[in-house]
Amino acid sequence: MNSDLTRATAAELADALATKTVSSVEVTQAHLDRIAAVDEQVHAYLHVDAEGALAAARSIDERRAAGESLPALAGVPIAVKDVMTTRGIPTTCGSRTLEGWVPPYDATVVTRLRAQGMPILGKTNMDEFAMGSSTEHSAYGPTRNPWDLERIPGGSGGGSSAVVASFQAPLAIGTDTGGSIRQPAAVTGTVGTKPTYGGVSRYGLVALASSLDQAGPCARSVLDTALLHSVIGGHDPMDSTSIEAPVPAVVEAARNGDVSGMKIGIVRELGGEGYQPGVRARFDEAVQLLVDRGAEVIEVSCPNFDYALAAYYLILPSEASSNLAKFDAMRYGLRILPDGVDDPSAEQVMAASRDAGFGDEVKRRIILGTYALSSGYYDAYYGSAQKVRTLIAQDFERAFAKVDVLVSPTAPTTAFRFGDKLDDPMAMYLNDIATIPANLAGVPGMSLPSGLADEDGLPAGIQILAPAMRDERLYTVGAALERALADRWGGLLIDRAPQLDASMVKGA
Amino acid sequence: MTTASMTTDEVMDYDEAIARFDPVMGLEVHVELSTETKMFCGCATAFGAPPNSQVCPVCLGLPGALPVVNATAVESAMRIGLALNCEIAEWCRFARKNYFYPDMPKNFQTSQYDEPIAFDGHLDVQLDDGSTYRIEIERAHMEEDTGKSLHIGGATGRIHGADHSLVDYNRAGIPLIEIVTKPIVGAGERAPEVARAYVSALRDLMRALDVSDVKMEQGSMRCDANVSLRPRVGDDHSGPEQLAVPLGTRTETKNVNSLRSVERAVRYEISRHAAILAGGGSILQETRHWHEDTGVTTSGREKSDAEDYRYFPEPDLVPVAPPRETVEALRATLPEPPAERRRRLQTEWGYSDLEMRDVVNAGAVELIEETAALGTSAQAARKWWLGEPSRRANAAAQDLVTYAAGLGFTPGDVAELEAMVKAGRLNDSMARQVLDGVLDGEGHPVEVADARGLELVQDDAALEAAIDEVIAANPDVAEKIRGGKVQAAGALIGQVMKAMKGQADAGKARQLILDKLQ
Ligand SMILES: [Zn+2]
Repeated sequence: MNSDLTRATAAELADALATKTVSSVEVTQAHLDRIAAVDEQVHAYLHVDAEGALAAARSIDERRAAGESLPALAGVPIAVKDVMTTRGIPTTCGSRTLEGWVPPYDATVVTRLRAQGMPILGKTNMDEFAMGSSTEHSAYGPTRNPWDLERIPGGSGGGSSAVVASFQAPLAIGTDTGGSIRQPAAVTGTVGTKPTYGGVSRYGLVALASSLDQAGPCARSVLDTALLHSVIGGHDPMDSTSIEAPVPAVVEAARNGDVSGMKIGIVRELGGEGYQPGVRARFDEAVQLLVDRGAEVIEVSCPNFDYALAAYYLILPSEASSNLAKFDAMRYGLRILPDGVDDPSAEQVMAASRDAGFGDEVKRRIILGTYALSSGYYDAYYGSAQKVRTLIAQDFERAFAKVDVLVSPTAPTTAFRFGDKLDDPMAMYLNDIATIPANLAGVPGMSLPSGLADEDGLPAGIQILAPAMRDERLYTVGAALERALADRWGGLLIDRAPQLDASMVKGA
Repeated sequence: MTTASMTTDEVMDYDEAIARFDPVMGLEVHVELSTETKMFCGCATAFGAPPNSQVCPVCLGLPGALPVVNATAVESAMRIGLALNCEIAEWCRFARKNYFYPDMPKNFQTSQYDEPIAFDGHLDVQLDDGSTYRIEIERAHMEEDTGKSLHIGGATGRIHGADHSLVDYNRAGIPLIEIVTKPIVGAGERAPEVARAYVSALRDLMRALDVSDVKMEQGSMRCDANVSLRPRVGDDHSGPEQLAVPLGTRTETKNVNSLRSVERAVRYEISRHAAILAGGGSILQETRHWHEDTGVTTSGREKSDAEDYRYFPEPDLVPVAPPRETVEALRATLPEPPAERRRRLQTEWGYSDLEMRDVVNAGAVELIEETAALGTSAQAARKWWLGEPSRRANAAAQDLVTYAAGLGFTPGDVAELEAMVKAGRLNDSMARQVLDGVLDGEGHPVEVADARGLELVQDDAALEAAIDEVIAANPDVAEKIRGGKVQAAGALIGQVMKAMKGQADAGKARQLILDKLQ
């Protein structure tokens, strides 16, 4: 294991902790030191809970010293996207409207992390209420991509991928509504999985679009991702949409990684035109590596994927417009009294507070959703979008009748520069074109690095999609590919990321 | 301060209104289920708990919280549906009804929209003259209650003009079943009575199902009455020509919190609509508030067709798909329908139609049933329950069951009282005194009789002496009785009772007087 504890994988840390080679306090402190050194530049954390993390670490160390048998990841620290409620730790969702809000309860995912004995380092930055693909819509300023501080780290979960990519945490929790785990993983050279819808509890995940949201693991390796997936997954009686079935055998699959005889489908509609040449080149090579390892590749067509983006941008705003109605300044959050109004009514306070508390992208989607659900428009918009959703699910079904998994580039491009797409919502939305179908159909997807694009030297990602509740296939294929690429690169891609040290920070 | 409550609307004489117009009603009744926990979380539902003491992240709508359906509430909803002769959906969903209001934590109400759990049923209700009227049920659906706003300051207790408002979320998330009728047509002048009879029948049904407290005064049963008028055509309110006339514009009257109010509010709205229509005006589609004290409705918020709740299926909940075996198993748990039960009890008890109606209207059926089960005759049980206890319950504006429960006055007390009468310890007037004492909280009947020293004098010698004195003092009356005018004995009995200070058995006195004079 690397002598720098922040560069170790979660699996390595877990082994070292189990054998008492290191203590959780040492591991946690090393990450807190790293955060202190580099996060001023990366801005991946919205809140760091040093005290709470160290207290949790001390408790685990004591229990281990007392001879208690502990869970697999006990003592391994983690970062949590600021969209999951954390008891006693502020939760803002990247929005002004929740500035300073401290939830009185833990999300189920957080409860499971605490039960596992994982110190929570802090909360990671995100586009406001998870609306965006760059973190530029965070009310607290964007996160910078550790590979190039002038570029976006992806979104909405740019913070979670960036903390992992910049060694400020070995693991992080993300959420994925249309690609918010996978696209940031792709542009930061890390790994991230959106589990099957219902595979991980949504209780305590502040909803963007309830029928699309799914929490999942972010890490630097496929095995680490699987370890975290198995900890947070499984049925939760507090979430009615949670699946009553055991977590798929993701860790075993990640350790095995044998793709010989597997059928891999390349989705015709997710590639070609509109995809950056370097992204396509790395994708093609990655597919070849899987073939070299015994997989069979078939091209499949999912014709209705062409309508996925349009359907998504009706369903998501519709649900979001309703989910975000609760932020009305009556019970918690920002309260603004309207200017120049004596004795304002509750409605006027609601309006003024929502106007001041929400950013432009949030307002844009609330307006879109309110319109799409209006009587007289419902059938044409929300109703039609739901039909498209069914057609997309049928496309997946047909494809999975022929192949075990589907693959595509995760995002059409590598990380773009700040401001490039900020004034062009459509261009921003197109970033999620390859990731959205999985959310609409509820199937699981993973992104892992495929290499660096020739034209800009930035990470590109490959996406793997599997049938619902067959999440383990993502890890089989992901592990196989990761090993093949590691053989070629002599290690993980992330090891080639630029060092973010104090001298570089000052020069930036 | 609202000006609406200051103005007095013109109303037309009711008979004239009915002669000129045909009333159509639609009744929406909300029933709060008496489940242990709320519709979508594990919070308790007890009435009257300190404000905001029965809340959690789910029913407060905190960010991230999710609903989970209360299986008992779904079961109650299906039992209600079955008892209303409804179809039970094989598959249905919850929907979100979106609107902003401070007492609604999520700013949407989780309800059902176009996929209710129960639909297409009917309920037969009995009118005062014993005839039956069939109310068609459109649907019964599940939803959650809102919190309760308390507006402080201002003249009206309404949100406008209040200095500030407080919200209690204890009620937020309590399971509600909303039962909606199809348009009630053809009732003519009996429309108000039909409305009351329907709500009364629903109340009895909910009690029999044991799914709700149905206390209208506490809001666990609430009625919204929709009323519209259309011109009269033909002789008969239920004739085909009349039924073919398109419906008029309706108003929805809320805050109707007693059976009597249901009848009065419908009657008032018919008279008010009629005055407007007869004057060439048109009805504004709006919500009206019923004022129990003044007996009028006033304008609430305008409810235009443009109001858009943006319903869509609730994505946080999975569909409800009750297996048919479950539905049939629930059907088997249904109690005897209240109307049938009443007919059976009337026969068992030997009551006349009028007696039975009085008992039903007094809400005394269950009390009498329990009392009779303790060995008291049905006639005696009726006499006692419909006497002083009913009078006092009315004076306290409570229903008899609530009043008796609040006092701890039970069927056992009535049985004890009547047993003393039958044993000859008390006469009727003494029993009434004892009952007064029991209702005044002095104890159970035997205790009260003991404490007040009420007991018939069993000493025949004292009674005979008193009788002899009275006969001697009234020779002319005594002569009449000897001559066969038996009814003249009453005058003597009164004097004997007076001499005995009431503590004698009047029947026995009568017998002795007659024995002596015949
Ligand atoms: Zn609750």
